[in-house]
Amino acid sequence: MNRIDIKRRNVVDHRKKQFADPAYKQTQYPHRLNFYSTPPTADITLEQFEQWAIDRLRILAELEACSFRNKTPAETALHMKPLLDKYLPLDASSSGHSQLQAQRQKDHYSHFILRLAFASTEDLRRRFTRVETMLFRLRFQADDSRERAAFVRTLNLDWEPVSEDEKRELSPQLATTIGFGYGKRAQQVMDEEWCKVDWMRVPDLIEGRKVYVKAGKAYVPGREQQSMVLNAFTKRLEQALELTARALPRLDEDDRLTPILNHLSKNFIAPDSSYTGSGMAIESAEISARNIDNLSQHFPMCMNHLHRSLRRDAHLKHFGRLQYTLFLKGIGLNLEEALVFWRSSFNKITDDTFNKEYRYNVRHSYGDVGGDSNRRSGGYSPYSCQKILTEHAPGPGEAHGCPYRHFSLENLTTLLRASGVTDRAVLQGVKEDTESQKFHMACNRVFEHLHKTELKRAKDEGVMTAAQLETIVHPNEYFKRSYLLKNMNKQKQQVDVKMEG
Amino acid sequence: MEVEPPVAAPSSPLVDEDFVMVEAGEAQGAAKDANPAAGPPPAQVAADEDMVVEIQQEKRPEIKLEDLFDGMDSDDDDFQSSSNPLNVKEPVEEEAYDPSFELLRIYYQRFFPWRYMFQWLNHSPVPTNDFKHREFSLWLHNDAVMRYQSYTTSDLFRKDVLRLMPRRIEIGPVYTADPRDRKTFRNSTAFVPMAKELCFDIDLTDYDDIRTCCDKANICNKCWRFTTMAIKVLDTALREDFGYHHILWVYSGRRGVHAWVCDKQARTLQDHQRKAIASYFEVVSGKAGGKRVNIRRPLHPHLSRSIDLLKEHFQHDVLETQDPWASPEKADALLLQHIPDPDLREALRKKWDASPGRPSSSKWADIDALAQTGAVGAAFDPKDLLDAKQDILLEHAYPRLDIAVSQKLNHLLKSPFVIHPGTGRVCVPIDRDNLDGFDPLNVPTLQGLVREVDAWGGGETTDGGVAGAADGGAGGGDGGGGGASSQEVKHVQDWEKTSLKPYIEYFRSFVTALMKEEREAAVKRERVEDGDVEVKVESLDF
Ligand code: SF4
Ligand SMILES: [Zn+2]
Repeated sequence: MNRIDIKRRNVVDHRKKQFADPAYKQTQYPHRLNFYSTPPTADITLEQFEQWAIDRLRILAELEACSFRNKTPAETALHMKPLLDKYLPLDASSSGHSQLQAQRQKDHYSHFILRLAFASTEDLRRRFTRVETMLFRLRFQADDSRERAAFVRTLNLDWEPVSEDEKRELSPQLATTIGFGYGKRAQQVMDEEWCKVDWMRVPDLIEGRKVYVKAGKAYVPGREQQSMVLNAFTKRLEQALELTARALPRLDEDDRLTPILNHLSKNFIAPDSSYTGSGMAIESAEISARNIDNLSQHFPMCMNHLHRSLRRDAHLKHFGRLQYTLFLKGIGLNLEEALVFWRSSFNKITDDTFNKEYRYNVRHSYGDVGGDSNRRSGGYSPYSCQKILTEHAPGPGEAHGCPYRHFSLENLTTLLRASGVTDRAVLQGVKEDTESQKFHMACNRVFEHLHKTELKRAKDEGVMTAAQLETIVHPNEYFKRSYLLKNMNKQKQQVDVKMEG
Repeated sequence: MEVEPPVAAPSSPLVDEDFVMVEAGEAQGAAKDANPAAGPPPAQVAADEDMVVEIQQEKRPEIKLEDLFDGMDSDDDDFQSSSNPLNVKEPVEEEAYDPSFELLRIYYQRFFPWRYMFQWLNHSPVPTNDFKHREFSLWLHNDAVMRYQSYTTSDLFRKDVLRLMPRRIEIGPVYTADPRDRKTFRNSTAFVPMAKELCFDIDLTDYDDIRTCCDKANICNKCWRFTTMAIKVLDTALREDFGYHHILWVYSGRRGVHAWVCDKQARTLQDHQRKAIASYFEVVSGKAGGKRVNIRRPLHPHLSRSIDLLKEHFQHDVLETQDPWASPEKADALLLQHIPDPDLREALRKKWDASPGRPSSSKWADIDALAQTGAVGAAFDPKDLLDAKQDILLEHAYPRLDIAVSQKLNHLLKSPFVIHPGTGRVCVPIDRDNLDGFDPLNVPTLQGLVREVDAWGGGETTDGGVAGAADGGAGGGDGGGGGASSQEVKHVQDWEKTSLKPYIEYFRSFVTALMKEEREAAVKRERVEDGDVEVKVESLDF
């Protein structure tokens, strides 16, 4: 039945299309923002074609890099501002800028050219959609609020505004969804711009019971509407790209464009090489002495075990301290906090003992003391799995090393269970991995198990590229990935919160 | 429940290689020779060579069927056990006559409401793809599961069931193409699930930490009240919040219920939307023992309404009937731990230590009483205490869902009206308007039905003509080859002579209402399409 519906629609539409008059004329751009639903029709030169595409690509690549570096929206906006001004300026209608139409034309055309370049594979489509949505968001947020509202009205998103009467009637219910200000909530309800949409359109708001729902309609406050616009943008672009992909073969006929398009898409392949190695710290995380307990949920088993041992014994032996200090340094714990952390963890000894026996070592690891070369290089680097697996196997009473390699199966299983890995299949897999000496595979297996929901989501949403999901070979990489995955939501929320301000 | 329930994702190798022991095509091949009146079906199954091969494959040592299905529908945990009350024999003795098997056959022939089942899934009197592309999965008595079965008519469905005599039938999604043809679509998007009722699953074992009358698979009318509460809360919210009208509640035959939300819009929900609605109803989470209710304040309207609905039940059905905090340990874990003020907590503990065995309802009253007499710390905030009490109420009375069932479009769920093999009870629908009158221990059973119909007819027996009146087609004398029609015979049907009657009548009215709405919606759609609806199609000509 459904399929018949679709066919009928198409028939109607084709007929329509035949009679529509061909609009080979200069498009007018009344709004700064564009949902890119109409393809451009006027002629441009080959040089413009290439240059505009390259300029936009530069912007998109930079945006993608920002997200890989985990920049906050505010930082991203700041970082992008000069680049946007240079390569893809887009001024508000109110600015009265003389180049308004030209700017918008370039924005419009370059978007469509890149669609052609990035429609060919699913991966490219996903990345393109993602960065285009980021770009749109950036502009949407920066837009003049009146112009933005006018633009949103043109989108036909079938939002039904909630009337004053209805607001008043539903005030107690609506009030519960806009926060905690008990006193003036009724007034807040009236001040807010509410709209009604089918609940299926805003599943993320339903999921957390963030909005009031009645008879299938979600009552969305103004501040949440942005996410709906962005969803619509993404969705429409995804669909359009599918259509483009199907139409691509036709384009091969124009052999002037093909090499340019191929070149463009190649330039978009290699994302960000600076992801691994240095700069492992996560800017949004609170990396402090008192937060380590909390963060330890993101630690791989080696560090998890060190942490547990430290908490149990209020002590760690030399190699354990070294392995753990460097790891903590790697996740972004600064020297001062590191000293606080170690001092408070070794709570059975006096200040005096601590200062004499341990303080120096911590500082040394951070390159705060020691020879010139140690200081210059900022102390030791955090150990990789390779190093942990092969050097200094732990003896009795020592907690360093890699549990997958250095623990008996029984102890390993106990540790894993204590860390929430109870799934039989996973435990069995770990057993097989370790038996065949693939210790870091076991580690990755456990990681995948503990983050399976998030990984799936990250993949679905294209948040992480294939490069970012390669096998983990460094405890710090484990941490970073775990933290980012588990906080995908929070980061989103931060975006929203910042928006209001 | 660690093992994921089987899902019908066509791309998943696990599903293709391991779950599907018997393929649709093979099963159909045997349809012609099958004679449902002859010996037990295992003999027929064995007659089909392909099938045997597949079944043996399933017995590969490394993957046990039990493991794969473990936790999939906890209601049937005794399903695989040998102590099957139906005494269904393993498919060894081909000739053996099995009386309980005969009962099941009689049930499928004469009581199972084929016609309404068909209409329910088809949404129209003539077969549509809603029915034709629907996956059924049949669980045979030899532990083989036939996934991806589908039928072009209700009659073929009935015949196949009579031929194979599954002890359980599950219903999956409607696919974009006939599930039996799925192999031709391998690795393609042309074969994907596109519709299924939105389902919910409530199981009393999830209440074991607060259920004192029974545990595990056992239930009684006291703990059934948890289900009643759950249905009230969910049903109300599905109607008022989400605007659904066609919600079928089905007793799972032992200790739980399933909900089938059949509105068209609910059927076409995508997974992320199903997930959203499931988590809308996820209030009690985590493991027993910790803080299981974590909700924002001010309370969401759904939660304040639920609390209003549950208040009475909490007082009577939970506190008084179950007395969940009788022991000091329980009182501590379920109650004291959640009291925000340490002084108050201490005062309560002292009071209860002094009077062991103090009933839960008194303990509940003590909280406010002591708080009012000032047995609280300096930082005490009555608002915190109110919040905590609301949380406690929700933890004890709010529905506890197995959300895996709700989240996936392609999750299979046991069909209404099958027989629970452990109890022999029919999985009957529950009338929402007579919820409090539903007695799970008193629903029709397989054995009872046969007895009832015999008693009713006086001289009429299970052989011959009378059985021909069974709903939707031929009866006991049917040799399987006859073109039994689904025309209604003007005759009192067998189910009408039994205690199954009100349940089938309820189901019939449910289905009728659903079909009516579906028809009206279709008419409306026609109009819209003939009108001026514009669909923009991307043009790339530039
Ligand atoms: S494999 Fe590497 S990350 Fe994993 S536990 Fe061992 S050392 Fe740690
Ligand atoms: Zn009971």
